[in-house]
Amino acid sequence: MAEAAHAEVHRHPAPTGFIRKYIFSIDHKVIGIQYILLALTAVLVGMIMSVLMRVNLTWPGTHIHIMETLFPQGAPGGAMTPEFYLSLVTMHGTIMVFFVLTTAPQGGFGNYFLPIQIGADDMAFPVLNMLSFWVTFVGFVVILLAIFAEGNATVGGWFTKLGDVLHSPEAWAGGSGTVGPIGGWTGYAPLSALGKIAGPGQGAGVNLWIISIAIFCVGSLLGALNFITTLLNMRTRGMSLMRMPLTCWAWFTTAILALLSFPVLLGGGILLLLDRMAGTSFFIPGGLYVSGATVPLHNGGSPLLWQHLFWFFGHPEVYIAILPGMGATSHILSTFARKPVFGYRAMVFAIFAIGGLGFFVWGHHMFMSGMSPYSAVAFSILTLSIGVPSAIKTFNWLGTLWGARIRFTTPMLFAIGFVSLFVAGGITGLVLGQTSLDFFFHDTYFVTAHFHLVMGVASIFGMFAATYFWFPKMFGRMMNESWGKLHFWITFIGVYAIFVPFHAMGLLGMPRRYARFDEYEFLKNSKGLVMFVTVAAIITVTAQVLFYFNFFWSMFKGKKASDNPWEATTLEWSIPSPPPHDNFAGIVPVVYHGAYEFSVPGAPNDFIMQTEPEVTVLGADLGGASGNGGNGHKH
Amino acid sequence: MGRLLGIAIWLITIASVWMFLSGRWWFPASISEHGPKVDSQFMITIIVVGVAFTAAQVGLGWVVFKFRDNADKQRATYSHGNNRLEVLWTVVTAVIFISLAVMGQRVWASLHLHSAPPGSYQIEVVAQQFSWNFHYPGKDNVFGKTDPNLIDDSALNFVGLDDTDPNAKDDAVVSTLAIPVNRPVELILRSKDVTHSFFVPQLRFKQDLVPGMGIHVHFTANTIGKYELACAELCGMNHYKMKSYMLVLPQNEFDELVALPQDKFQTKKDELFNKYQLPNY
Repeated sequence: MAEAAHAEVHRHPAPTGFIRKYIFSIDHKVIGIQYILLALTAVLVGMIMSVLMRVNLTWPGTHIHIMETLFPQGAPGGAMTPEFYLSLVTMHGTIMVFFVLTTAPQGGFGNYFLPIQIGADDMAFPVLNMLSFWVTFVGFVVILLAIFAEGNATVGGWFTKLGDVLHSPEAWAGGSGTVGPIGGWTGYAPLSALGKIAGPGQGAGVNLWIISIAIFCVGSLLGALNFITTLLNMRTRGMSLMRMPLTCWAWFTTAILALLSFPVLLGGGILLLLDRMAGTSFFIPGGLYVSGATVPLHNGGSPLLWQHLFWFFGHPEVYIAILPGMGATSHILSTFARKPVFGYRAMVFAIFAIGGLGFFVWGHHMFMSGMSPYSAVAFSILTLSIGVPSAIKTFNWLGTLWGARIRFTTPMLFAIGFVSLFVAGGITGLVLGQTSLDFFFHDTYFVTAHFHLVMGVASIFGMFAATYFWFPKMFGRMMNESWGKLHFWITFIGVYAIFVPFHAMGLLGMPRRYARFDEYEFLKNSKGLVMFVTVAAIITVTAQVLFYFNFFWSMFKGKKASDNPWEATTLEWSIPSPPPHDNFAGIVPVVYHGAYEFSVPGAPNDFIMQTEPEVTVLGADLGGASGNGGNGHKH
Repeated sequence: MGRLLGIAIWLITIASVWMFLSGRWWFPASISEHGPKVDSQFMITIIVVGVAFTAAQVGLGWVVFKFRDNADKQRATYSHGNNRLEVLWTVVTAVIFISLAVMGQRVWASLHLHSAPPGSYQIEVVAQQFSWNFHYPGKDNVFGKTDPNLIDDSALNFVGLDDTDPNAKDDAVVSTLAIPVNRPVELILRSKDVTHSFFVPQLRFKQDLVPGMGIHVHFTANTIGKYELACAELCGMNHYKMKSYMLVLPQNEFDELVALPQDKFQTKKDELFNKYQLPNY
């Protein structure tokens, strides 16, 4: 068991200068907030893109003045071209998956609260922590450059010049008039490997897209190492593994997934870049004929190799996005239900089962790819097995709420919303995981519905819950509850109104990544649905102004928060809001209880903080006699 | 707030289930032998999914409706869980999910774990940005030799057919797929440039066409008519209109068509194309 002897080694003095305090800070709390601000910026970009896409799908040819100003070629007269649409698809996916769903849940909240919740004064490697944020930030700048390298003749010109300098003008040709690379967030080779000859949106922008992802992989790897080391080595006295909050278990598992999956994507990305620039043929087979000419030099590559590498990362990535949301939800549900987490041990087991199985199911993205149909059968059965730990989690959340005294605060509303959305999105995995049904559903809107609900909005609801919950600790002020509740109601109903109809479009056979639906007769019954979704999306996205305004207004003007405004039990609530530089002001906290001791019969309050010294309570055995979690061990 | 949220969750559940039950948005009618089996497997699955979805949402709605804090100072139930319940729901879900998974392999196995039945008619499909080529072996039923180095779109040799090969003389390459009704068809799927995907919704069939691979697939269509063929894998700027048609023809019309040399094949195909109409949607 980790003891607190490390505390002296890791203590570093509080910085005084602005730059060391707020920019190149090595304080995990500042870095956590930096990750959250990065995600808030990225999600704004991603949401605006999704609205532009919806407008194009519903009213093709709509003139939007600002698009003409920014992208005179991609949107001549302000009307979106099909290429522009596809590059938005690519950018929306990449920005949301990497820079939103992977940054805020883990880099943001994990960074801020994992050390505090285990009683550490910082991460194990503070400088590495700073580096992982700034590396990720550079990745974000590069992905924005990718948009302009393809979408803007001036920026495209810079890269053309770079190509001249590097003696590879072909590889760096940009300014294709789209608004970014075209390839979807999955960037399937050989489309992504062939370069400019494969059409617009295949030039410099794709190089930058790959480089951005590669940089992101490095940042995430550094972060993952830090999380794992911190959790294993820096738990304070009494913080046994089974006393940790479920959030810590989730961040820990996520870090293991990141450590094992990002290197594979990094390797794949480098190989793809070599195919594009160095004439290698990892993913390009021989004998291709593209845009009216035979492709010389390439031979022997395998397009399926890219898919395997990508999805070996890509599927665990889904869990990287959602596990922290599950952790936050368990934590917040228990707090506002005023009840211990139901089946703590089962929850820990389920997190690990989901994380572990998550590495053996990537092939379900490739049933139709030409992969061996026998592998598909194995992947399919493993895929449906992953539904079992997911169901265990859902049952335990319901068990936690059963017999509760629920306090309907904004974070609680979002946590309940998470459970609802996780069920709605996850359960269609039972359809899509079956090989025979993917003959029809693969690459239709049914898939888009599934992953947007479960990996997209469920994860985001987990983050909304986390934001409303921990904001008072992070900034010392409360967020406005009325705005928060209004934000919840519009968003909760809004996301259902957007994504449930996607299933119906999938039933009609509507393929993903189509810039227009008017080419096909079999899609003509979708018009009403398409418009309904667009209206719902515009309303829901607009409502996010409530959140942004609440966030920044409350930071300065919100009601002052006490140390423990929610009457919660874990260590972060035992210190001031916001916490001092070294979290526990040099005092090593000692933990006496499990993380979720709510409504203990006979106790003076309905919550017992983890730091509260052992008390003898009449009629209650705090040693966890129920056999399911509890205190972990007796003193 | 709790009552309102409970009711909201129930209303969302009703609306979602209604969308599936209403039948307004459903698969286009199946035209293949294996199609009804896909549809019935989907029905079984969607019933399980629907029941589980409804139960979970109604349960969630119920607990938030019922167990709100109503300021009577009573405490919540103190419980860390129940091992018997954990085992129960783990076993029940495992049995249901794994059974579904096994059942969900049947149609797949019937098409993909067996080679094409004897007597299947072979057609080679060559996809390219953003069109489809269908290569017929002609009267001799033997495909002429093809070579990627001979591909020349400007000379209309889209699949690289070698004119010096005597077997190539009677081959036809057209942009619409014609297949016989009630006879197994084997497609050999190739791509010249990037990955595409062959998708005919009514056929309940989809398969990627991967450059460098020749993927053999087979199926049997059982309804005469004209159907849209779409590309279902992002292949570049005009992906959304990489469209063709599939004609399912009576055996005699099909036999007549595929015995024709290229020019007459083309004319006859256009004639048949106009003869058949798309289904009503």
